[in-house]
Amino acid sequence: MEKTINVTLKVWRQAGPKAQGKFETYKLNNVSTDSSFLEMMDILNEQLISERKEPVAFDHDCREGICGMCSLYINGHPHGPDGEITTCQLHMRKFKDGDTITIEPWRSAAFPVIKDLMVNRGAYDKIIQAGGFVSVNTGGVPDGNAIPISKIYADEAMDAASCIGCGACAAACKNGSAMLFVAAKVSQLALLPQGKVERATRAKAMVAKMDELGFGNCTNTGACEAECPKNISISHIARLNREFLSAKIKD
Amino acid sequence: MAKKETVVETTQAVKPTETPIMIDAKVPSGPLAEKWKNYKAHQKLVNPSNKRRLDIIVVGTGLAGASAAASLAELGFNVLNFCIQDSPRRAHSIAAQGGINAAKNYQNDGDSVYRLFYDTIKGGDYRARESNVYRLAEVSGSIIDQCVAQGVPFAREYGGLLDNRSFGGAQVSRTFYAKGQTGQQLLLGAYSALSRQVGKGAVKLYSRYEMLDVVIIDGRARGIIARNLVSGKIERFFAHAVVVGTGGYGNVFFLSTNAMGSNGSAAIQMYKKGAYFANPCYAQIHPTCIPVHGEFQSKLTLMSESLRNDGRIWVPKKKEDAEAIRKGTLKPTDLKEEDRDYYLERRYPAFGNLVPRDVASRAAKERCDAGYGVGATGLAVYLDFADSIKRLGLDVVKARYGNLFQMYEKIVDDNPYETPMMIYPAIHYTMGGIWVDYELQTSVKGLFCIGEANFSDHGANRLGASALMQGLADGYFVLPYTIQNYLADQIQVPRMSTDLPEFIEAEKEVNDKIQKLLSIQGQRSVDSIHRELGLVMWDFVGMGRNKEGLQLAIDKIKAIKKEFWTNVYIPGKADDLNVELEKALRVADFIEIGNLMARDALQREESCGGHFREEYQTPEGEALRNDDEYAYAACWKYMGEDADPVMLKERLDYEFIKRQQRNYKA
Amino acid sequence: MWLINSSIGRKLIMSISGIMLVLFLLFHGLMNMVVIFSADAYNAICAFLGANWYALIATKGLALGFMVHILYAMYLSFQNLKARGKERYAVTDKQDKVSWASQNMLVLGLIVFGFLALHLYHFWSKMQLVEIGHMLGKHVGDIDKAVDGAYWITYWFSQPVYAIIYLVWLSALWFHLTHGVWSSLHSLGLNNQTWLPRVKCISNIFATLVVLLFVSVVVYTYVYQNFVL
Ligand SMILES: Cc1cc2nc3c(=O)[nH]c(=O)nc-3n(C[C@H](O)[C@H](O)[C@H](O)COP(=O)(O)OP(=O)(O)OC[C@H]3O[C@@H](n4cnc5c(N)ncnc54)[C@H](O)[C@@H]3O)c2cc1C
Ligand code: HEM
Ligand code: SF4
Ligand code: FES
Repeated sequence: MEKTINVTLKVWRQAGPKAQGKFETYKLNNVSTDSSFLEMMDILNEQLISERKEPVAFDHDCREGICGMCSLYINGHPHGPDGEITTCQLHMRKFKDGDTITIEPWRSAAFPVIKDLMVNRGAYDKIIQAGGFVSVNTGGVPDGNAIPISKIYADEAMDAASCIGCGACAAACKNGSAMLFVAAKVSQLALLPQGKVERATRAKAMVAKMDELGFGNCTNTGACEAECPKNISISHIARLNREFLSAKIKD
Repeated sequence: MAKKETVVETTQAVKPTETPIMIDAKVPSGPLAEKWKNYKAHQKLVNPSNKRRLDIIVVGTGLAGASAAASLAELGFNVLNFCIQDSPRRAHSIAAQGGINAAKNYQNDGDSVYRLFYDTIKGGDYRARESNVYRLAEVSGSIIDQCVAQGVPFAREYGGLLDNRSFGGAQVSRTFYAKGQTGQQLLLGAYSALSRQVGKGAVKLYSRYEMLDVVIIDGRARGIIARNLVSGKIERFFAHAVVVGTGGYGNVFFLSTNAMGSNGSAAIQMYKKGAYFANPCYAQIHPTCIPVHGEFQSKLTLMSESLRNDGRIWVPKKKEDAEAIRKGTLKPTDLKEEDRDYYLERRYPAFGNLVPRDVASRAAKERCDAGYGVGATGLAVYLDFADSIKRLGLDVVKARYGNLFQMYEKIVDDNPYETPMMIYPAIHYTMGGIWVDYELQTSVKGLFCIGEANFSDHGANRLGASALMQGLADGYFVLPYTIQNYLADQIQVPRMSTDLPEFIEAEKEVNDKIQKLLSIQGQRSVDSIHRELGLVMWDFVGMGRNKEGLQLAIDKIKAIKKEFWTNVYIPGKADDLNVELEKALRVADFIEIGNLMARDALQREESCGGHFREEYQTPEGEALRNDDEYAYAACWKYMGEDADPVMLKERLDYEFIKRQQRNYKA
Repeated sequence: MWLINSSIGRKLIMSISGIMLVLFLLFHGLMNMVVIFSADAYNAICAFLGANWYALIATKGLALGFMVHILYAMYLSFQNLKARGKERYAVTDKQDKVSWASQNMLVLGLIVFGFLALHLYHFWSKMQLVEIGHMLGKHVGDIDKAVDGAYWITYWFSQPVYAIIYLVWLSALWFHLTHGVWSSLHSLGLNNQTWLPRVKCISNIFATLVVLLFVSVVVYTYVYQNFVL
């Protein structure tokens, strides 16, 4: 049932990529526990605007947990303290009256802050551009049913493919590693016959790009999996290791 | 070139007060099934060495934009691709859940291109263009093949072949799906194809860029003005042709199932530069969304239509019960069977809870308006699974809908296994959009429009699982052909400087507009005005419309426009990342769209598909179409800032299908 | 060279050097167990592993393994620190599913390394080193005791301070291994969805067994020397 709470927000404010950032503290009263976390941020921004101050910049779009645009490191967790959801799916009923909520941007060398809580996750796009695809042009492809694919593999590929590219994995990782994200794509395509043709070049190219962009070395802590809103399993990282090592050894 | 035949002719359907200007859609002649084949056989093409010399701007990276940009780059064109999100993968197509239709007939249940075509036309309440819809059905199969080849993990059966599910409005199983994330997987497929071209340098990607105007030189689209959303810098881009796939304008209602950034601005920019805006009043309202919970709500979440397969929709029979439930003194589970009104089953015995979206939505609104609504606001109805749980067992219900129930619980904090779910209709999709001809070209030469942004294939109502199909059909299989027919004449045109006066002028207009907005320094936030607009739209241009309401809406929108342009407050600067400014620019355009929608709804004195005029209904309260007078696409032409737009018509002649009244009662 | 330049290549080296060290530990621990049953037998093994060419090569290999493991550990950790970025999170919270050891591998490794120096002083410097010295004609240390490993074990572990120090060391090692063993297999790609929990479980049991081998010698000696005798 609806009730309202008062919260104190400690929000990271940073004017631009090069500017020095710092925390600002805001008090917000009578927040409905039925509202989502981002609606709470909207309320904060309305309040700031009414005080003629600049609102807090943060990324978001679909607000239903699928586009991967929302971020925010909330009280020590990417996407907040609730499990298997994105920030936009987090609701204020997860907090108690009088709570202090600390909100920070993703912090990773490869995700520089753009403004306030917005970061640049273009590095993930670059990794996909390096090889996260099957090289087929439009047209001239065989019938969809020409290659039967075992349901087991298709389902596992689907699980890997549900990654939304949000970046929580690298944000959560003490090593700033992007392995879960890369593994999800490599794994999806390695599981499907269509993707097998290029599996070796793909694994090498994507890992090389990941390293080049300054992501860290994975030490299998599993923080990524624990914080991943889509529950992508680190078993995909094992498959990525396998794909990469066998590609390199074959060379 | 195929011999072009004019589909329109002077006709008595035009009301005498209006100028009978008819628009030619340039539909090729010949039998329906031959049109596209003939077109392709005779169209002009651009040879490979010339392709490299031609630049194409594609705005949007949704299913339509990404598939077009990738395909055009594969062909050898030089592509510039824009999106407002930080990554092309986040376009709103990602949110589609249910599936994508294709006439594969893998199930051997009698599907065919013709049947898909027919279902789509009928679902659109006979207000779509036959030739386009047929072409759509024709290429639908290739879309599935293409996506499979890209590695889209469609659901499979144990034998390893593709699985299908059934969707509303069809008697066959032709919907392909990837769990409840079909849009995501299809978009990631298109995104991977796009990424491959970006990696190769064939597509130059501009993410976090917003198109703010299209540049017309000598009557042809030659580029765009866009704002770098990070730096705030206004930039000019040249191309030989401009393709716009910027999605739908459902957010004119403020609350909708669309993403926060979905907008109709590019459409308005094109409209103001001479492209017609067609059928703006056709908006689809989805019956099963999570109801509004409070005044700070920012968006509405769709619950899959499939829930209606096993859920029963009801409200209390007595007003006092409804009131007690709203107050919280009565629990829905305590209400006796005879005190419940299963109104869909009562009104539509044949289809029951499975009536089409528009019908189900209106029925819910009717009950709530009459005072029988539930939930704290009274704007909700129950979707009850108690009977199904009893009949099928908890496990079966869990297996079928578990993830949806969990999603519901996360948002509402209520366990739908125990208390009935609450749902209410919400704006979901806009069938209206920029008018395009058979080649997907707008009324401005060299300006093309694809995906939800155009008006093309869904008529007055869209069937489930066919928007994904249309977006990808446009981008993979239609535009890459038709645009060449245009570009073949452009190979002699050299790349132009963006210092031409037209570019400078367009940029100046954009800058002036931004400065004007920033200088208002009023008292209202952008969102507060947007919310106000949304309420007006919902109340008067929403599910049920009537003449007085629409006239009132036009006045109210005018007042909102004035309020916006004199009292909005936008903090921050123009040359910086400024989210409020971005929103303000979009809301300014939503106000224009709202106005167009109301006008269009006012002129269309009939009920069809998503457009329901209360004056035009059968005695049982069903939509009453008027084919004699309104079998046309209403195309609005911009006449200047202070003048009223003019309506032109494209007559929708049905050569191959006979129009019928939709009937879901028996 | 991809073993240096690529992150997965570096992990391969970490993993293989780690596995080498684990295997050495397993052998070392099993060998130690012998002392519980027979001091003579233990000393026979010690003699066998004295300053003989094969033992010396193995020692060098082992030292190299350590060096590689440590150098890579430093390099990886340094890179990872850099990848985190300059600005740190103000608030961090731990995740239920993430083991403490996995987040502190470098620290645990350094503890292991620190005690290793003591350990080398306690045993290796008194034994193989003395033998090597003698071989090279330098008469340092007590050559008789150099082959009497059992003596040194008794000597050190009967003292409560050293017994405790060794137990602390071993617990650090245990933590390091609870993550290290399964992680090394994962790094080699030897894992999948179904096996992930199993591999973790087996690795934990294995790590515990290996460490128990050492612990039992320490505890046995201490208890036996101080309370039984
Ligand atoms: C919740 C939900 C569920 C749905 N489920 C289904 C379903 O199951 N089946 C089905 O067939 N359909 C479904 N639909 C409809 C379907 O998803 C959309 O109609 C379709 O994806 C639209 O694709 P698009 O490419 O036209 O536009 P979008 O995907 O909306 O893409 C628009 C693109 O344009 C860009 N853009 C917008 N404005 C600008 C600008 N000014 N400058 C630069 N770039 C701009 C955006 O960044 C984005 O890249 C659903 C829709 C919703 C909202
Ligand atoms: C007896 C001594 C040691 C053994 C048996 C051992 C074993 C291992 C093993 C098996 C791994 C896993 C490798 C992988 O994940 O691929 C590992 C990782 C690691 N070790 Fe050691 N190690 C020892 C000593 C050290 C020392 C002395 C240090 C540091 C100076 C150290 C630092 C690390 C680090 C930082 C990792 C990385 C964590 C990881 O990749 O999971 N280790 N060790
Ligand atoms: S793997 Fe998970 S955490 Fe990482 S980007 Fe994908 S969805 Fe986000
Ligand atoms: S806003 Fe799209 S996932 Fe959160």
